[in-house]
Amino acid sequence: MSRSAKLGLLALGVILALLLALITGKVWVPLWGMTQGDPRGIIMMELRLPRALLALTVGAGLGLSGAALQGYTRNPLADPAILGISALAALGAVTAIFLGLAGATGIVALFAMIGSALAVLLLGLLAGRSASAVAFVLAGTVLSSLAGALTALLIALSPNPFATSEIISWLMGALTDRGWLDVRIAAPLVLAGSALLLTQARALDALTLGEAVARSLGVDLRRLQLLLAVALALIVGGSVAVTGIVGFVGLIVPHMLRPIFGAEPSRLLIPSALGGALLVLIADSLVRLVPGAGELRLGVAMALIGAPFFFALLVRYRRELA
Amino acid sequence: MLVAEALGISVGNAAILRDVEARLMPGRVTAIVGPNGAGKSTLLSCLAGLRAPDQGRVLLDGASLQDIAVRLRAKRIGYLPQDAPLHWNIAVRALVALGRFPYDDATSPDGRAAIDRAMADLALTDLADRLAGTLSGGERARAMLARVLAGAPDWILADEPLAALDIAHRHALMIELRAIAARGVGVAIVAHDLALAARFADDAILFDRGALVAAGPVGDVLTPAMLEPVFDVAFAYAQMGDARVLISDLR
Repeated sequence: MSRSAKLGLLALGVILALLLALITGKVWVPLWGMTQGDPRGIIMMELRLPRALLALTVGAGLGLSGAALQGYTRNPLADPAILGISALAALGAVTAIFLGLAGATGIVALFAMIGSALAVLLLGLLAGRSASAVAFVLAGTVLSSLAGALTALLIALSPNPFATSEIISWLMGALTDRGWLDVRIAAPLVLAGSALLLTQARALDALTLGEAVARSLGVDLRRLQLLLAVALALIVGGSVAVTGIVGFVGLIVPHMLRPIFGAEPSRLLIPSALGGALLVLIADSLVRLVPGAGELRLGVAMALIGAPFFFALLVRYRRELA
Repeated sequence: MLVAEALGISVGNAAILRDVEARLMPGRVTAIVGPNGAGKSTLLSCLAGLRAPDQGRVLLDGASLQDIAVRLRAKRIGYLPQDAPLHWNIAVRALVALGRFPYDDATSPDGRAAIDRAMADLALTDLADRLAGTLSGGERARAMLARVLAGAPDWILADEPLAALDIAHRHALMIELRAIAARGVGVAIVAHDLALAARFADDAILFDRGALVAAGPVGDVLTPAMLEPVFDVAFAYAQMGDARVLISDLR
């Protein structure tokens, strides 16, 4: 099958998953429920459609960032959450909430972006030139723990118990009760970041043969890192600001797609964006079907799927990592 | 011409290169030889523009390498490091296509033709769709060289391209490098195998502990009198058919 046919199939899957997300929930609404005059139309247009579009945006962004990070770090275990980028974005967002700035539209997203950009630059510093999988995962662990501790500190210092519970619930990562405003914040950021990221696709390919070859081919590594930091800040910051931490999408999706689209980083970027959208759309439809009064958090669901997957990968790469 | 002028590199207090002069000529194969730690790889990465010297400069056709735009340098100088990693298991053709990065034309007709030509030159055409991770050592060395060749550089600088190869593949690769040089490309290789350097290179640069010992045509540089003090090994030339072969033994 040609690459475009595979991409077409993936895109078709995303469209079907989008339609599924529109009709699925505690109340099943058929697609024709959207027609004018149908009282259920409001559920579709004001609740499910923005939520589904957010799932699509955030999933695509996370899948794409995962593929780019894996290419950049030459590390199959890279993912915005595992490398601590999401945690620092969350710390940024919580800082904004703590400072009482959450009211102003976009401020939370701005703080989340600063957090994630900082994370990418710190990762580069911590892991250094080694580019070994272990160094990056360890650096990510350090960042995650530090960000987690500082977030907990902010929660503890928070004067308002209502804000505290809001922060905790938001941190778990969910698409519950998100509306058009969130789409308007996240979508432009994720789109801009993705466009920037795609311009660096070939530079990621050149890194396949190591930094010396990449430099000899004319890749400016410092510029690449800076552009990636900006792109990931836009994507991860924009996503985390509206959904909290949803982990493992960027880890799982490139892995599933590598055997189908090949291992070249540039050829994995767009498929991973589509795959991420598909995964998050389906996962978010499924969490709505879990019985009970409340809803399973999307972040929790992804962690339940992702953690065993990460474990399986570790076992597979155990020999190389040792 | 690719010329190193009074090159000096230090790390802390240790001088890795001291006042090194080197001159690479187009159309010739130059072997850079010397014992371990002589500074051969450091010299090569300076010549490739990947490392800025602390003293002196590298001139490419008269212009300082540090002043040449990175993209232009990448088009003119192809660099093959020792044991380049292969981080992703990509197809051979995709690997070779990376050589077109400075031109950003891997999918245009010109770029595709250059990639096809490089693969044909190194007998890789049948392996185009194979995953590079599944290649044998000799095939992989050819694929890595084809990657450099695809960029059609004026200079090819290779760090120990022979290291992982058996003797037959070493001969084959040296003959390939000679054929490339015959088209006007300047080739420089760091080589531990002195016999191959003496047999197949045109010029040699002999180094010891960061300082130049001798440079010039192999017949003048790779002589027992020059080599013995540097390596502390006995050398002699033996006749084998038409070829003079450098042999060595304990001193």
